Amino acid sequence: MTSTTAEMRPPRSEVGVIGWLRKNLFSSPTNALLTVIGIWLIWTVVSNVVDWALLHATWEGEDGKACSREGAGACWPFIQAKFSQFMYGRYPEPQRWRVDLTYVLAVIGLVPLMIPRFPGKLVNTLYMIVIFPIAAFLLLSGGYFGLPYIPTELWGGLLVTLVVASVGIAGAFPLGIMLALGRRSRMPIVRWVSVGFIELVRGVPLITVLFMASVMLPLFLPEGMTIDKLLRALIMVALFAAAYLAEVIRGGLQAIPRGQFEAADALGLTYAQKMGLIVLPQALKLVIPGIVNTFIGLFKDTSLVLIIGIFDLLGIVQLNQTDSKWFSHATAMTGYVFAGLIFWIFCFGMSRYSLFIERRLAASDRR
Amino acid sequence: MKPATKLLAAAAAVLVGTAGAASAQTLDKVKKQGNLSCGVNVGLAGFSAPDDKGNWTGLDADYCRAVAAAVLGDATKVRFVPTTAKERFTALQSGEIDVLIRNTTWTLGRDSSLGLSFVGTNYYDGQGMMVKKSLGVKSATELSGATVCVQTGTTTELNLADYFRVNKLDYKPVVFEKADETLTAYQAGRCDVYTTDASGLYAQRLQLQNPDEHIVLPEIISKEPLGPSVRQGDSQWFTIVRWVHFALLNAEEAGITKANVDQMLNSTNPDIRRILGKEGEFGKGIGLGSDWAYQIIKQVGNYGEIFDKNVGAGSRINIARGQNNLWSKGGLQYAPPIR
Amino acid sequence: MTATTNRPAPGPITPPAKPNLLYRPEFRQAVYQVLLVVCLLFAFWTIANNVADNLARQNIASGFGFWNRTSGFDISQSLIPYSNQSTYGQAFWAGLLNTLLVAVIGIVFATVLGFLVGIGRLSSNWLIARICGAYVELLRNVPLLLQLFFWYFAVLKNLPGPRQSIALPFGASLNVRGLYLPAPVPEPGFGAVLTALGIGIVLSIAVAIWARRRQRATGERFPVLWTTLALVLLLPGAVYIALGQPLSFQYPVLRGFNFQGGIAVLPELMALLVGLSTYTASFIAEIVRAGIAGVPRGQREAANALGLSSGLTMRLVILPQALRIIIPPLTSQYLNLTKNSSLAVAIGYPDFVSVFTGTVLNQTGQAVEVILLTMLVFLTISLITSAFMNWFNKHIALVER
Repeated sequence: MTSTTAEMRPPRSEVGVIGWLRKNLFSSPTNALLTVIGIWLIWTVVSNVVDWALLHATWEGEDGKACSREGAGACWPFIQAKFSQFMYGRYPEPQRWRVDLTYVLAVIGLVPLMIPRFPGKLVNTLYMIVIFPIAAFLLLSGGYFGLPYIPTELWGGLLVTLVVASVGIAGAFPLGIMLALGRRSRMPIVRWVSVGFIELVRGVPLITVLFMASVMLPLFLPEGMTIDKLLRALIMVALFAAAYLAEVIRGGLQAIPRGQFEAADALGLTYAQKMGLIVLPQALKLVIPGIVNTFIGLFKDTSLVLIIGIFDLLGIVQLNQTDSKWFSHATAMTGYVFAGLIFWIFCFGMSRYSLFIERRLAASDRR
Repeated sequence: MKPATKLLAAAAAVLVGTAGAASAQTLDKVKKQGNLSCGVNVGLAGFSAPDDKGNWTGLDADYCRAVAAAVLGDATKVRFVPTTAKERFTALQSGEIDVLIRNTTWTLGRDSSLGLSFVGTNYYDGQGMMVKKSLGVKSATELSGATVCVQTGTTTELNLADYFRVNKLDYKPVVFEKADETLTAYQAGRCDVYTTDASGLYAQRLQLQNPDEHIVLPEIISKEPLGPSVRQGDSQWFTIVRWVHFALLNAEEAGITKANVDQMLNSTNPDIRRILGKEGEFGKGIGLGSDWAYQIIKQVGNYGEIFDKNVGAGSRINIARGQNNLWSKGGLQYAPPIR
Repeated sequence: MTATTNRPAPGPITPPAKPNLLYRPEFRQAVYQVLLVVCLLFAFWTIANNVADNLARQNIASGFGFWNRTSGFDISQSLIPYSNQSTYGQAFWAGLLNTLLVAVIGIVFATVLGFLVGIGRLSSNWLIARICGAYVELLRNVPLLLQLFFWYFAVLKNLPGPRQSIALPFGASLNVRGLYLPAPVPEPGFGAVLTALGIGIVLSIAVAIWARRRQRATGERFPVLWTTLALVLLLPGAVYIALGQPLSFQYPVLRGFNFQGGIAVLPELMALLVGLSTYTASFIAEIVRAGIAGVPRGQREAANALGLSSGLTMRLVILPQALRIIIPPLTSQYLNLTKNSSLAVAIGYPDFVSVFTGTVLNQTGQAVEVILLTMLVFLTISLITSAFMNWFNKHIALVER
């Protein structure tokens, strides 16, 4: 059947820029009104941000006086002067290469791990879960191989944020898997204990858990035994994250078809073999986006440690705002915006990565 | 996995301090560890605050150094543990720190129900109030209806309530977790009044943008004897910390300073000779070397020097000695003799 | 920790010689569980022992004797009568009510904002969809604590001192000390107005039920909205006027340092509400978007085919179905908001954690008791909220026919 009608160009109002505008912005009076409101909103926000961050900002200065004029915007020299403190806290300056080296080691391990096509995942994973933590601990804490010992009280800034978040999630992982398996176990007591722990932890705010770490945990230990404050916070953060991770992993376990379990049983595999070789690899792969999201949440929550007197990025920014040398009405806001920007870059990057994996998984499902 | 196991053990040893039993053996533990864990404020200018490089300065920090000098012979062997108001007592109770020197007020309640013993008063303080000059307030009795910024978990919070109750004045408290936050809120105009120990007021006034726009009201509404504390039940350690404090005072009284302590070793004055360990075996009696006081003065200075350097005339804070002067100069600082 | 063994494949009809006890899954499971219980009991026992030992050895007070002792401190906002002569127990309730206040108001704001943004993200208007997308990506990727500091600071920085207050309509005023609203003071006879309001609400519910039945039976619609408005507003209004307006307002007046009288909304509360609800709204928006996207396309097309406008389609067809997907994750967001309200401690709002886990803990020094109680309170809140939302969820699911 051939078309007999002559080909006609669509009306001008339906194609090109005008057509797009009509269709997407002014399709009805309500839509037109919304568009106008939207433009006004964007204009207000953008012009204020540009004014504050660029046009009225202070770019040079030796102290807070430069930023103290009327109507001053951001106080960038404050960030410049305090930048290394924001990154390393009070970590001694001559030793800061150790922190940088740790970052480099982390990037070497992480980047290939995150690119799905990159070969050698097993070696890579082993590096990240065995070699890297040991190397990082030796480098950061020191006390061996001629490296001076740096007590954790001196750690601070972005370093602490990253340490708390990554150690938290790494510690949470094995416990989270065990809890998820426990919750689906056939043994009632194991199930109850898992459910109890998960619901207990998910029911209370992290801040009370951290208070517990700082004022209650020491009383749990036998006489004369003490645990480093940062380590106490790490333990609690890991326990906290484990409960959330367990629920994510449970979702993955539930998505594995029964046939997989039964096939493994039919092969005569033991429980550990069945879970470790058949079920978990599939389940974990399914929930990578959920795990990344848990990690994002944890990364943001690390800022709470400032309440118990550990100086993470936000804590050290806040501490420096009270520096009388740098005081001005613009300083505090600049500090918060700077910290917010760093957190945002990390979290947004991770959420995009999670989206990328999600799409990949969806694509492989369709095959 | 052998090296890994070894490493884990090492890591555990570093992070999990296996302190000896807390009672009665603090001295042995400190000597064995080779350093003194000293609980200080997370940041209060003049008392204990880290500078940009992480060195702790202040009156309380120097007291930590004095204890380390007496016990270990080296004032640098201090591990400063910053503690918040909330966790300070737990840190001491659990043995995480050996001594708490953190502008903490000595009260009966704390002596009786928190399991700690105060060894003395290294700073006689009182609670004061700061207001903006522009309010035109001259006395605390004019503060009816005021909003007051105060830090939580302190005796300050309770004194404040008492003072306003006794004077039948109305007020609104705004309570913060940390001193920095409290001061920031005051500066932003959230409160009319900022209240804390007078020493803290003078120190923190300097952190304000225009210190001259604020005045400290004349009323001192409470007694705040600030001092170091140790765990209950270890009388040996209690005695040591207490006598470190007394040695600092005795040294000032006897005129021994950081600069002249070496010449003073040749002094014929029996008081000075006893302080410096030239006569008598007083150091041994409390489990220390005979030169314990010499080490303190040589490495840290006497009480007057510490005071001047950190909060007194030699510092930006510039607080008058007042009650903290020696008893012989009209103050309250009085130390039993070393003999 | 523990591991289960597999149930062996269904055995042959004649079992071989009785298997070794060790290889029987039931036995092994029992052993594992007993081991777990023993380990847990041992851990608890050790901890309890250590705590008791530590407390006793160092002469630290314990027990709940502090509950009835005079607290001696003040709280800047309390929904129940509270002064520094009240007890620690009363401080507990004052703080708890403050937390619930924030949670309830925050949940309402966050839900409204979240639904608006979530629906906006799916708007056919390109610009609105982008703005809503940017909102979500910006707010959910920055720590809430930082946002709270930001808002608190922004609030304090931009509001004038008490003497330069911004005057608002109806005698309200706004300054750095808070938002001051006139407080209603009921006079004799006001009870009758409240009774009329109650009757109005009951009647309007009855009308709604009747109207629904009638519509189901006959297809005729009844103007429920208008009768409801009339019953709820006009009836009490008429009684109010008939009785000679038995309600007066106490207006806040500037006296001394600050406004006295009226209802004061603390700046801490404002910052906390703004921070909590905008942050939570960004998560709710995503949930709403996913819920709407989860409704089959055909539903929308069918509604279009019926000639429903896009607003009606959303209200009558899409949202009721999407709600079933939305409710469960929404519940956890509500719980998150309630738990996150504990961050109030950082900006000086007297919530439960700040008053009880903060000040009371500090003044009594009884960390174990106070923290255990805190956890218990949050667990209770969380269980009650979950129970309610589960009930609500079931209620909605029943609508399905």
